[in-house]
Amino acid sequence: MIDGLQEILYTLKQNKLRTALTAFGVFWGIFMLIFLLGAGRGMQNGVIDSFADNALDTIIIWSGTTSVAHNGQGLGRRVSYTDDDIEAIRHHIDGVRFVTGANSMGQGTVVYGSKTGFFDVYGIDDTYFKIRDQVPIRAGRTIQILDQEQTRKVAVIGSAVRDRLFGHDGNPIGAMIRVNNINLTVVGVFHDRNNNGRDSERLFVPYSTFTKTFGRGNQVHVIWARPDANVDGKVLEENIIELLKKRHNVSPDDRRAIQSFNFAEPAKMVKGMFVAINALIWFVGLGTLTAGIVGISNIMIITVKERTREIGIRKALGATPFSIVSTLLMESILVTGFAGYMGLVVGVGIVELMAYGLEVSGAKMDFFQRPEVDFQVAVTALVLLVVVGTLAGLIPAIRAAKIAPVEAMRSDG
Amino acid sequence: MIKLNNIHKYYQTGEQSIHVLKGIDLHIKEGELVSIMGSSGSGKSTLLNILGVLDSHDAGHYHLAGQEIKHLKERHAAHLRNALIGFVFQSFNLLPFKNALENVALPLYYQKMGRKERNRRAAQYLEMVGLSDRAGHMPNQLSGGQKQRVAIARALVTQPKVILADEPTGALDSQTTAEVMEVLKHFHGLGNTIVIVTHEQDIANQTQRQIHLRDGLIDTADAAMTPEVVV
Ligand SMILES: Nc1ncnc2c1ncn2[C@@H]1O[C@H](COP(=O)(O)OP(=O)(O)OP(=O)(O)O)[C@@H](O)[C@H]1O
Ligand SMILES: [Mg+2]
Repeated sequence: MIDGLQEILYTLKQNKLRTALTAFGVFWGIFMLIFLLGAGRGMQNGVIDSFADNALDTIIIWSGTTSVAHNGQGLGRRVSYTDDDIEAIRHHIDGVRFVTGANSMGQGTVVYGSKTGFFDVYGIDDTYFKIRDQVPIRAGRTIQILDQEQTRKVAVIGSAVRDRLFGHDGNPIGAMIRVNNINLTVVGVFHDRNNNGRDSERLFVPYSTFTKTFGRGNQVHVIWARPDANVDGKVLEENIIELLKKRHNVSPDDRRAIQSFNFAEPAKMVKGMFVAINALIWFVGLGTLTAGIVGISNIMIITVKERTREIGIRKALGATPFSIVSTLLMESILVTGFAGYMGLVVGVGIVELMAYGLEVSGAKMDFFQRPEVDFQVAVTALVLLVVVGTLAGLIPAIRAAKIAPVEAMRSDG
Repeated sequence: MIKLNNIHKYYQTGEQSIHVLKGIDLHIKEGELVSIMGSSGSGKSTLLNILGVLDSHDAGHYHLAGQEIKHLKERHAAHLRNALIGFVFQSFNLLPFKNALENVALPLYYQKMGRKERNRRAAQYLEMVGLSDRAGHMPNQLSGGQKQRVAIARALVTQPKVILADEPTGALDSQTTAEVMEVLKHFHGLGNTIVIVTHEQDIANQTQRQIHLRDGLIDTADAAMTPEVVV
């Protein structure tokens, strides 16, 4: 085995140019594929980042003023929701996975020790963070059902609030803060990238606490919802709005009184874009790979042709067809395997370098973030190349091994 | 050792087929030193290639060391070539990218002999042909006579029963021809069966028996000229 390997390395060394050309073809094929995949992933990540931490099926509904007269009511009437609306949605509309209302009172004065800040204060129930399940919790927990039921005086604060009151490395969990002169215990810290991180300048308290302790009534400023799996988010959104319009005496044609945003739409567009990007990557990558394979096959054919005389001599000296074929194949596997591996390493290296450069320089490109390599795909491509390259070499190799020695030796070479 | 009965060989060139060997009967005993003569194109090389299992015959029977050579599997043929036969070609057929020692050692590689032992044996045979000092030389750094001696060492290194040489001195001058013949005769002295194809009467005269090919047949009139070997 070692002996055979030495024999192969020896012949490869004797044919440096041919070996180098084959190796480069394979190297380039793998390298391009990996580079493209990495870059494509970078684009995808960049686009996904632009969705910040919102689940891609989130529906947000808020209110405005009426713009169409309806049922004898004039224009310019402000629509405002209550938690009865949330209950109605929950009971009358099918396909709702989560729905919740967020109550807001604008900025409150938040005090901890000697430090004071002004932050938006919201009342939410335990469903809110189930809808916004992509928002990372940096410490502690979110608002839970018992907080809501027992009207606990607790708060989940944004990272900007923590930075302001406790310092970036401070631990606010368990600390007592005062919000508009009401004492609350901090139970969690979240970080929300929405609005370039400004949505982290908020704190949440249980909806019941917000209603009773802060005396804010049962208003709802923003309705958050997510559809069940297999439910069309667009249809659900329309159903909810239809119900709300009925409940609030709003004309079906009024577009201003009830407003909404559904992440499903841009998400769908982006998904389509990803499919297109991926198709392009695979098209180009497989093209390059195919070129590599064709290159290997060609070179194998040339190799075998060039070496027909040598093969004849070896056979005359007692080489079996098996040893001829296996030597030729081992050569091809060794070259393609090694070159492919190098392509893999260099490709991954460059993609990683790119990612590192982006991170260190802090460059923020909207549509390019965190390029990375799907290793499984890369290895599959490599194995594919080696296997196909080998199969391509197999046919001329077997043919060469079959020629009678005299005939083989007659060829010039 | 070698027994041919009514051997025929055709070559197919395009539409027509050439009848090259037209019924060769030949018996070569173990330990014989035989030469094959004949004009160019008479089929000497063809015959020798068949003897060396490098080519196949189309009709007749060929027995080598008691074994019928017919429809052999390539793998089996390879083993026969490796174990029984040492072939010396007119054009040397050394591998250009291997040095003298490696060329000589190559048949042993196909016997799966270890590298050390291989090189030791190859060196021993190089010494026998007087080329110890050229072991590391590449074929293109050797003279014609030296190349042919390397080729002979390579043919002999497996200690084959039969040595077949196709015009081994065809490309050599008289001085190197004499050297090569010395080597061959030396190995004959060790008990090997040797068949030499040659154009030169000089060389044929140094063998025990001369076989003349004419037009694809053995010229029996000539065979009678060397009666002392026909037993
Ligand atoms: N591969 C081949 N295809 C067609 N014809 C061939 C082939 N090999 C040999 N021949 C023909 O067979 C005949 C015998 O050839 P061979 O090489 O055996 O002659 P030879 O006696 O060795 O001649 P020389 O003394 O010139 O070497 C020639 O007529 C040659 O043209
Ligand atoms: Mg000839």
